[in-house]
Amino acid sequence: MPGKAIGHYPTEPLKCWNKAKEIRQQYYEDYRTAHERGGLRWGGGAWTLDALVWGLGDDCHLLTTEPYSASIAFNKELSAKCLEAAEAKGYARDLCSYVRNYIGGILLDKWAFGGPFPKLDFIFQEQLCCSQTKWYQVVSELEGGIPMYSIDLSVGPYKELNETRLQYLVDQMQEGIEWLQKTTGRTFDDEKMYKAIYNDCRSTATWAEICCLNKNVPAPLDEKSMHSLYVLATLNKASKVVADFYEELLDEVKDRVARGIAGVGTERCRVITDTQPPWGFLSLYRYLETYGCVSVGSLYVFGLEGNFEVKPDGTWGARTTPQQAGITFKNREQALRYYADWNLSRPQWQHFYGPEYKTEMLLRIAKEWKLDGVILHYNRGCEGLSVGIAENRLGLINAGIPVMTYEGNMADEREFDESRAHSRVDSFMENLGLEQLVGAHA
Amino acid sequence: MVEVFRDWFEHRHEYAKDWQKRTEGKVLGYFCTYAPEEIMYAAGILPVRVLGGHEPQALTEPHIFGMFCPFCRDCLAQGLKGSYDYLNGIMLSQSCIHLRQAFTSWRIHIPTSYKYYLPFPHGVQNPPAYKYLTSELRVFQKSIEDWTGLKISNEALDKSIEVYNKNRRLLREIFDLRRAKHPPISGLEAMYLALSSQMVDKAEHNALLEQLLERLKAGTHAGNGNSHIRLMLIGSENDDTTFVKMVESLGADIVIDEHCTGTRYFWNEVEPQEDRLAAIAARYIDRPPCPSKDWPMRRRLPHITQLAKDYGVQGAVLIQQKFCDPHEFDMPSIAKALKEEGIPSYNLEFDVTVPLGPFKIRMEAFLEMLRGEELF
Repeated sequence: MPGKAIGHYPTEPLKCWNKAKEIRQQYYEDYRTAHERGGLRWGGGAWTLDALVWGLGDDCHLLTTEPYSASIAFNKELSAKCLEAAEAKGYARDLCSYVRNYIGGILLDKWAFGGPFPKLDFIFQEQLCCSQTKWYQVVSELEGGIPMYSIDLSVGPYKELNETRLQYLVDQMQEGIEWLQKTTGRTFDDEKMYKAIYNDCRSTATWAEICCLNKNVPAPLDEKSMHSLYVLATLNKASKVVADFYEELLDEVKDRVARGIAGVGTERCRVITDTQPPWGFLSLYRYLETYGCVSVGSLYVFGLEGNFEVKPDGTWGARTTPQQAGITFKNREQALRYYADWNLSRPQWQHFYGPEYKTEMLLRIAKEWKLDGVILHYNRGCEGLSVGIAENRLGLINAGIPVMTYEGNMADEREFDESRAHSRVDSFMENLGLEQLVGAHA
Repeated sequence: MVEVFRDWFEHRHEYAKDWQKRTEGKVLGYFCTYAPEEIMYAAGILPVRVLGGHEPQALTEPHIFGMFCPFCRDCLAQGLKGSYDYLNGIMLSQSCIHLRQAFTSWRIHIPTSYKYYLPFPHGVQNPPAYKYLTSELRVFQKSIEDWTGLKISNEALDKSIEVYNKNRRLLREIFDLRRAKHPPISGLEAMYLALSSQMVDKAEHNALLEQLLERLKAGTHAGNGNSHIRLMLIGSENDDTTFVKMVESLGADIVIDEHCTGTRYFWNEVEPQEDRLAAIAARYIDRPPCPSKDWPMRRRLPHITQLAKDYGVQGAVLIQQKFCDPHEFDMPSIAKALKEEGIPSYNLEFDVTVPLGPFKIRMEAFLEMLRGEELF
């Protein structure tokens, strides 16, 4: 494909972009200042079952570990200090890089947004990837024994979910609620938890619907921008503010589709990536754009939080929420069962039981999102999302999908070679028959 | 007599093929020691642990990203090479995510008639895990019955549990003898006993263990006889006999270990319950844990320090398969706990093959340091 004029699709900034930034900033500020208002600070991963903690009240503020660690990683100077502090304490250099950034921040007593690290009051975590609860085990110890409860989610793929497996989660959640009350001395309010579950379902389904709008050509959003939007679900998906924001965003993205507004005006080649990108080097997406290549998402950005289901026409769409299905929670057990089922269907939870599940989803996305290829980040920083990635590559190639891989690390810049990654992009683009656009620069 | 155990381990494929021939039974490969072997054995199956071959290989490069542990890649390599072509089936009792990949790639690429993924709970400290695992074992039992065409009776389970418990008791009795000032068997010999038990028919293994125990008690079996430095090995999977042999050649006795290839495999027994599967579930949930399942409390630490005390350990080698996150999380805490007990430790990162020369120098230095502490 020869060089082509830049900007053949109209594009414009997202109107709600600044609002997304404000919500994120407010989230971290609310966490930091929670004690000033008599509230509590707690920690959990981006997959923690946070709606349960909402049952303790609206003033329990969560700090989700992974996005916070990514924030550290984005600040290269701070990240280098944190990584070195963790390694000096004996934590191996090949451990999850989010873990090392986070632990390093605690050891240095540094908060990514300035000042000392605001200590957690309690930890309410989950375990799916082997690193998730082990991470908090170390955090708890380093901070002098923060009380901790963790729910084991590893009951197999959603396709094989049965009553026993679901009940295992529900039983742990029931115990978790007792633990939360005992640990905080607060009384649990089921109604508040129901609202949080509704919000969680609304956030994650609406985000999925937004992702599905990227099936359109041109894609109304590009992956790099989506990273700044999906993150809200990783922070606070059970909050009303995030659920409401996604509905506002959905309306705006629908409007972009109706008016043919592109995320990237030069779109002529569509790819997706998988696993987290190297956060300190998001310019890689800009480099792709010099070829008119747009990443329209990733299974990661779609499915880490977004929740999907197969629609009657056989395509992927947003999972039907309890509100849409007319379901009203009448008791705790019913709500917990629903919440367990909702979470267990998350796309990014499936590959922990075999690469076939992820390959199947990647192939579906390749078809429905009209892709020309897939870029897989062999991410040395995250075992959990890199599990099975080599088999995903084989599965895609066998199905005739062009695949590019590059090796890096989402949160340890010492393990990412930018010029080498660019060279890989050059070769991949050449294979796809693309030349750099005239006058394009990253 | 220990030579027989060594031969069983070193010629494990030949043993399994021969067993298959003489019994006409099925051989089931398992990838993690959380596999409920009692159920398989009750159905007349020989459970065989899949281990690596300790040879450099590139077969797994297209299948497992190189940042995952060498052990999982080595295990898969054995499958791809055909070393385990006699297996009638494979099963995984949910392990760390590393080893899962060996199983899942095997499931995709190596034709096998029976493939079973048992979603073993990670939250072994959460009480609902007992009920959940019991239920999963029931499903597994049914699957085994369907595969073999045999109904597993309570009597068969009782017999299997007894054979397995006896094996655990015998191994513990023999290992207990290593508490003595002059251990009657070396660390390498003990390793052969534990490793071979993971691939040999337990009834056969028991018969030989009983004979060995008698001999050891009678003092007719000579160990390596030295008692210069008493070492403990701690950490990930370790079937690297070459390394152990080298360490003991430096004037050390490896008197105890905390590996899934060693004591963690056999340390606790099935306590009888009316519901046999509940009893088996409890045994696996309560066993000395793999670090991937050891949370929120650290149950490994008191177990390790108690072993160190019981066996008069003077120094510990912390062995970790390269890239093993669960063990990497535990290493600083283990080193600290041992230090508080006055036991120095030394970290070594293992790969498919270990650099024997450099490791020898490092172990010599560690042993010199330990001897120095004794002198001054």
